[in-house]
Amino acid sequence: MVDSDFKNVFFVKFFLNFSEDFKMNSSQLKIGDRTFTSRLIVGTGKYASFEETRDAIAASGAEMITLAVRRIELDKAKDSILNFLDPKTYCFLPNTAGCYTVKEAVMTCQLAREAGLGNMVKVEVIGDEKTLFPDNEATLEASKILVKDGFQVLPYCTDDVVLCKKLEEVGCSAVMPLAAPIGSGLGVCNPFTIKLILEAVQVPVIVDAGVGTASDACRAMELGIDGLLMNTAIAGAQDPIKMACAMKAAVECGRQAFEAGRIPKKLYASASSPLNGLIDI
Amino acid sequence: MVLKINGEEKNISSSINLAELLLELEIVSPHCAVALNQEVVPSSKLKQTKIHDGDNVEIVHAVGGGL
Repeated sequence: MVDSDFKNVFFVKFFLNFSEDFKMNSSQLKIGDRTFTSRLIVGTGKYASFEETRDAIAASGAEMITLAVRRIELDKAKDSILNFLDPKTYCFLPNTAGCYTVKEAVMTCQLAREAGLGNMVKVEVIGDEKTLFPDNEATLEASKILVKDGFQVLPYCTDDVVLCKKLEEVGCSAVMPLAAPIGSGLGVCNPFTIKLILEAVQVPVIVDAGVGTASDACRAMELGIDGLLMNTAIAGAQDPIKMACAMKAAVECGRQAFEAGRIPKKLYASASSPLNGLIDI
Repeated sequence: MVLKINGEEKNISSSINLAELLLELEIVSPHCAVALNQEVVPSSKLKQTKIHDGDNVEIVHAVGGGL
């Protein structure tokens, strides 16, 4: 081995160590009284089996997972998704999906707490069946009641600056504006309002719903949002486990690019090689 | 007595409180919760909550879901 090979090996090792250090130093996500290394939050719906749910979630690296609360089917075998998702590994975030009124949403959260799913809840009060857009007025009211009842509330809402400020005022632990309609896969439709929300509130901003593929996740994270919540984009992919891996990488990439600080966009070129010292012929 | 449980009318023979009702229905998971006549019952009070003919009972648990 010649001298330059040694140098190359040293450089590669140095670079790898540097990358590792950088990873370890990436900032953490703090919501309420919990701290997370992963900024990806995933849903547990629409998978083909409990085994696939377990494997896709493990591949996503998510530490917080959402669950729905539904009636037990009385005459069926009572296998539970919780036999596949260890509460010591994951922070559960029960949701109020499917609720159309304040009362339903509040009661669903209270039932989730009694079922041992914790006191951090994803509040959604749906206002329109076709778009599944939230009823913002009802969401605000339900959030207010639940905060008073001791819950840490993460409300799903439209990307509305004023509403997000109000949700913060009533004591929500985060705000969760949508990127696009639930399950639509359109990606962040209005990055400008998401940026305005980031400026307007102090609590974490988790973009919730509408991501379709890894580039959507990466772009969303590059805006500087604190976290990203998704379900269909992973569960509905042809290979959910591979998509979970892609989403994990995309969320990390987007966050690192945001923290690194991108160059400004410009209309014209600017050379990256020195302009002096050119040969004169 | 006849109770409405998760939307279905059920004949309940031996139970007198919610804890006994769960056993009679063979629901043994610790991760379920009960509402009686639209009021959430704390899990610590299932045993002391009596059931009566015509009561409306909802028994729920966690399922897969996202949004």
